[in-house]
Amino acid sequence: MTVADETTAQAEIGRPRRRKEDARLITGRTKWTDNLQLAGMLHIACVRSPFAHATITAIDVEEAKQAPNVVAVLTGQDVKDIQGSLPNAWPIVADQKAPPHPAIAVDRVAFAGEVVAVVIARTPRAARDAAELVDVDYDELPAVLDLKKAAADEVIAHPDLGTNISAHFELHSHEIGTGGNVEDAIRDAEVVFEREYRQQRLIPAFMEPRSVVVDPTGEQFVMWSSTQVPHILRLMLALTLGVPESKLRIIAPDVGGGFGGKLQVTPEEVITFLAARHTGRPVKWTETRSESLLAAHHGRDQWQRLTLAAKKDGTMLGLKVELLADMGAYLGLVTSGVPILGANMFNAIYKIPSYTFICDNVFTNKTWTDAYRGAGRPEATFAIERLVSDFAAHIGMDPMEVRKKNWIAHEEFPYATVSGLEYDSGNYEAATARAEEMFGYAALREEQRRRREAGEKVLLGIGISTFTEACGLAPSRALGEANYGAGGWEHASIRMLPTGKIEVVTGSSAHGQGHETAWSQLVADKLGVPFEDVEVLHGDTQIAPRGMDTYGSRSLVVGGSAVLKAAQKVIEKAKPLAAHLLEANVDDIEFDKGQFTVKGTDTGVGIGDLALATFAAHNLPDMMEPSLDAEATFDPINLSFPHGTHLALVEVDTETGKVALTKYVAVDDIGNAVNPLIAEGQVHGGLVQGISQALWEEAVYDDEGTLVTGSFVDYTLPTAADTISFETDRTVTPATTNEMGAKGVGEAGTIASTPAIVNAVVDAVRHLGIDDIRMPLTPERVWKAIQSAGQEQQAATPATQQPHFGDAPNQDTPETDAAVSGAEVGGPDSMSPDTTPGDGAER
Amino acid sequence: MTTIRVTVDGSTYEDEVEPRMLLVHYLREQLGKVGTVIGCDTSNCGACTVHVDGRSVKSCNMLAVQADGHEVTTIEGLATDGQLHPMQTAFHENHALQCGYCTPGMIMQACDVLRENPNPTEEQIRVGLEGNLCRCTGYQNIVKAVQQAAGALAGQQGGEQA
Repeated sequence: MTVADETTAQAEIGRPRRRKEDARLITGRTKWTDNLQLAGMLHIACVRSPFAHATITAIDVEEAKQAPNVVAVLTGQDVKDIQGSLPNAWPIVADQKAPPHPAIAVDRVAFAGEVVAVVIARTPRAARDAAELVDVDYDELPAVLDLKKAAADEVIAHPDLGTNISAHFELHSHEIGTGGNVEDAIRDAEVVFEREYRQQRLIPAFMEPRSVVVDPTGEQFVMWSSTQVPHILRLMLALTLGVPESKLRIIAPDVGGGFGGKLQVTPEEVITFLAARHTGRPVKWTETRSESLLAAHHGRDQWQRLTLAAKKDGTMLGLKVELLADMGAYLGLVTSGVPILGANMFNAIYKIPSYTFICDNVFTNKTWTDAYRGAGRPEATFAIERLVSDFAAHIGMDPMEVRKKNWIAHEEFPYATVSGLEYDSGNYEAATARAEEMFGYAALREEQRRRREAGEKVLLGIGISTFTEACGLAPSRALGEANYGAGGWEHASIRMLPTGKIEVVTGSSAHGQGHETAWSQLVADKLGVPFEDVEVLHGDTQIAPRGMDTYGSRSLVVGGSAVLKAAQKVIEKAKPLAAHLLEANVDDIEFDKGQFTVKGTDTGVGIGDLALATFAAHNLPDMMEPSLDAEATFDPINLSFPHGTHLALVEVDTETGKVALTKYVAVDDIGNAVNPLIAEGQVHGGLVQGISQALWEEAVYDDEGTLVTGSFVDYTLPTAADTISFETDRTVTPATTNEMGAKGVGEAGTIASTPAIVNAVVDAVRHLGIDDIRMPLTPERVWKAIQSAGQEQQAATPATQQPHFGDAPNQDTPETDAAVSGAEVGGPDSMSPDTTPGDGAER
Repeated sequence: MTTIRVTVDGSTYEDEVEPRMLLVHYLREQLGKVGTVIGCDTSNCGACTVHVDGRSVKSCNMLAVQADGHEVTTIEGLATDGQLHPMQTAFHENHALQCGYCTPGMIMQACDVLRENPNPTEEQIRVGLEGNLCRCTGYQNIVKAVQQAAGALAGQQGGEQA
């Protein structure tokens, strides 16, 4: 077989290849962690605290131990000297405060759902039955649940810390030399516009519940875990438990979604390890969905206060951001860093001369928060895109015009932002023009006006989100300066098999992203081999020994670059061999489409033949090692900055508060797409998660600190019937910081869509005097907002202008989650009780 | 313990089961049919959907003893004679899955949607899949896949009639 026969005619990069992964997933031949059955395997059930904050005064495990088929019961007292403290890898300031984070609580619990005892039994059912027999005595302690009350330190989540403030972080453009002093801008501005927004708490809600299996038999402990980060997990377990890293092998088999929710080192991973070591037998823990919602980390949960200094003509002069971020009860792997990932993103696509970002990370007695799709950037994007639209309404400009007036023009790239980033490429004009064309912006504005003037009950709203974000944490040096616990690199190796087949080993750890397909496309093009001949291996520290795993939209841009770099090394390694076999000078060897040829001749040899030649090693150049295999580590020089313009059309039924999304246009610039089919799939899924934050999802606690939304009955994920088909397109400005010209895409849809939806709903009812409604925009909240705005309007305007509000409502006066123009109705939640956020003050 | 006799994916099994055992646990733990998965504990997610006597059932919502004497088809038994079911092909061709965890249940339910209505509108497909949650795809490509499968199945039937 010659390589010339294998050469693919069509370029793989840019081709919408159907995925290799699908074959096993559509037939049920899957390797989810919970599928594993090992000889002698035991099962864990966790006993969890029902109290948000309490002292554990006694635990009686005797009855549970005597129950049939129970092998052991472990409490915090049993493991307190060996369980270590779960890691936080991002101390954002030198004096960050954090309590010890035990896998099993020892003498105090700090949120409802914390593990207090573990039953290990022959079957999952025996474990669960016996867990009911564990008798725990608690003395309840005062719990702090509300973020603003926590920030005021009225009740302390961890009394030993003396405060709920974990860290105070500030970034000022005048201090880092990227802009002026925002206080000067605010003092001198014609318009100072303030808003306060709420990022509600969300739950990642990956579809595969977490599961862990640990096998302690053999030289290494082998852990299978439904994790996004097998490599980070291995290192962190070694550091946490004092087990040599070389004694740990972590396998992430098929992993059913993550969205940041499986970017963690969990108590249950430590517990399963300890249980396996304790019993000397393989042990499995698989969570129930209720456990997952209760105890897997949550996301978002911020109060955001923004102050914009501007001219009356819409020109932005300064932006000040003040955040309160809810850590929950503990710091997980990157809990503390999540709000800081937004520190550079509130200025977004806009040229703002001065900028300040201030954040307080605050403990409460709730499940801890950590990364959830976008992690810090959705929060930032939501706030700035809401602010710009509200500001436009305030000064009487079209919201798109304000954006156009302030955004970075395409000829200004590369652009150094006021928050200290350098955007390498982008074209906001092009994406916006395409989106407006697809959407029919002008015609819909006209229809919106017509419905209002006709007094129709179902009104139209148009929402805009012109977002950008930052993907693939980099460069490593900057991460070091930011105190992040790891680098931003990724590793890959390529094995050239004697039959011409190729194994690509990647440190990325896919859980739905289609790396096996996309990496095959990269290597097929780079080495000129058939797509089918490339096998991608990942997710096992024994097979892929080095890696930084998959999160933050980093895998293609960073991990894909590592694969290409390794492939280039293969080519360089093969050239002397080709020259040797072709009896030519190595400088005359050219490589194209899998074939090494002598410049100016048609003599050549295929890369597969060279792989076979190194296997045989019968005829190699002197001193050449008999291998074409290569490995590479790619450390990016910058982040990548996808952007796009998203336009949403909603219908708001003013009589019921029901919001119906009727049209959604998403034009994204993700640079060059390696696989447009996969990229579009990422956009679709991302959009629904962002839309769902706007309309449906919220993790709700009651006054006692019990999670009310503790099952899928109450934590309402969208269904097929709740969603619509989106209209998507792409504009392209290639990234300049990687060979592919690619930008991240995994989080873009989620980041962009939330503000687009809320802007649309507010746009539909703004003329009624409503300028904010808190997410999720349930019919109840929208209805209440309209009702209270109606009452305000009734006093201010003749009833005939609002006939459907003309009669006094037959309901009780509603409480409202809406901010009504001129008066924030947020009640005791308001960030500072003595100020009134809402309208800007003109000067 | 109760003795049950169930046909699953063409093979007949006889087992002693606890009366409280759910069908999904029987399939996964006793028969090793781990292609069918569990996503929740409140019958909301539909990841465990199988066919019982040809109709879709959430197998977490049925006791193993209730399957006594019945015929169960799981995702592992959907392909016949080495040929993927048109719904499986359509999911692949339309990129209707990402992590793939909801996929077995989604495919089984999608087959049932077409069994009830071979030529559904997008709206009817969306309502028909309402009991199955997917967190990755945003459903758009799943809807496309069901539309494609509807066409393929109609073509097959037309072919048989001709």
